Amino acid sequence: MKLLELKNMKKGFGSLEVIRDISLEIYQGEVVAVIGPSGSGKSTLLRCLTFLDTMDSGELTYMGRKAVTTDRSGRAVYAPPETLREIKGYFGLVFQNFNLFPHFSVIRNIIDAPVVVQKKSREEALTEGRGLLSKMGLADKENAYPYQLSGGQQQRVSIARALALNPKILFFDEPTSALDPELTGEILKVIRDLAAEKMTMVVVTHEMTFAKDVADRVIFMSDGVIVEEGTPDQVLGNPKHERTKAFLSRLES
Amino acid sequence: MDLSMILMKLAEGMLVSIEIFVLTLLFSLPLGLLVAFGRMSKCLLLSLPIKLYISIMRGTPLMLQLMVVYYGPYYLLGISLPRGYRFIAVIVGFVINYAAYFSEIYRGGIESISLGQYEAAKVLGYSRTQTFFRIILPQVIKRILPSVTNETITLVKDTSLAQVISVSEMFIAAKALASKEQSVVPFFAAGVFYYIFNYLVAFVMEWLENKLAYYR
Ligand SMILES: Nc1ncnc2c1ncn2[C@@H]1O[C@H](COP(=O)(O)OP(=O)(O)OP(=O)(O)O)[C@@H](O)[C@H]1O
Ligand SMILES: [Mg+2]
Repeated sequence: MKLLELKNMKKGFGSLEVIRDISLEIYQGEVVAVIGPSGSGKSTLLRCLTFLDTMDSGELTYMGRKAVTTDRSGRAVYAPPETLREIKGYFGLVFQNFNLFPHFSVIRNIIDAPVVVQKKSREEALTEGRGLLSKMGLADKENAYPYQLSGGQQQRVSIARALALNPKILFFDEPTSALDPELTGEILKVIRDLAAEKMTMVVVTHEMTFAKDVADRVIFMSDGVIVEEGTPDQVLGNPKHERTKAFLSRLES
Repeated sequence: MDLSMILMKLAEGMLVSIEIFVLTLLFSLPLGLLVAFGRMSKCLLLSLPIKLYISIMRGTPLMLQLMVVYYGPYYLLGISLPRGYRFIAVIVGFVINYAAYFSEIYRGGIESISLGQYEAAKVLGYSRTQTFFRIILPQVIKRILPSVTNETITLVKDTSLAQVISVSEMFIAAKALASKEQSVVPFFAAGVFYYIFNYLVAFVMEWLENKLAYYR
């Protein structure tokens, strides 16, 4: 099943064209790794897909529901706020620097949105939240505050927070970049476990081994376009385009 | 005249000072938040006049502002106001002055919260109001508490300015008594009153700070 369809997206900041023309489809159960040099527009792409930024033109459909269409003059037209609010429920986003709420305990970080936004009962949210926490290996941290946790633990809480809203797609923007190298493993393991449960995920990453091992599909972006996409073997093992080759060889050296 | 007599005579003034203090905080803290919103508004028609208002409030003496609020309606507009207006004028003068100071404190606090907090809340589906009151404001309050304490302590001492429009707060009472009794004891008592008042304020604020110290 197609969860997300993006067509001919463009996005610039002032005179700087950041996303030139990107089309993309995400299917149920897929893990897609997005790689590319710094400044190629990976974060901008995720931010537009999650409505943190607005695209200039393009069409965006989640689960068959149109979030963004383009009018005849080529400008992006967003669906009315109520529709966007519902569509927001289809995805979650995990940030590079977690952005946990420091004044909430770990469990409150996880259950607050389900209770306040989704109007779940506190008991139900608590049960689910505790389940997620133990899945993240943090059952004993329920009452801790974010400042008391390591970066890796904070990132796991932020993944639990996103999962608590039962998204269909989870986006990650470099979930391990803010972590000490020895802590990246625990996050990658969590993502791997989620992949095993057929969670649909789009992960912007610099971890090539992760892209190779976990992703079903790798997208290589450069200068605001998708240069090459395919299985990890194709893109990482046997790149066709010069830009991909150059990028990968720069990483190895 | 013994000390207890002096204290009795000063008691009424003390009550007025406390009233000015409480009413000023009660109104200027919420009003300051509204002013801060106006100041941060993208609409220049709103933010520019508010910027001017804040700079006037901060750039001129509170004593002068009190006089303008009290005498202004009559001298500028020819409106004569009832006798009770004296006290209302003091409260209005203090509230608009302190709201200006508090608004800048709020603004600093609000602007110090990272954009990531707003973005996380937005992706999780919180409305703008929910984001502000559940996520942002509690963190702002913690951060601005030390500055608010400073302002509050200044306010305790500033209440004595109400004397310029003859509202009989603590200080006027002490002055009258001192000249009547030819003694400095009333002034001394007044000093002790302000000191204890501020000691209590500092105590309460410290308690609040400790209450919010459960996170960083
Ligand atoms: N809010 C903004 N205003 C202006 N320019 C921006 C803004 N956000 C991003 N850019 C620019 O857009 C380009 C793409 O940025 P983006 O963050 O999407 O890159 P990226 O691929 O995520 O890079 P990195 O790997 O370093 O995270 C960069 O040149 C950046 O400077
Ligand atoms: Mg980025």
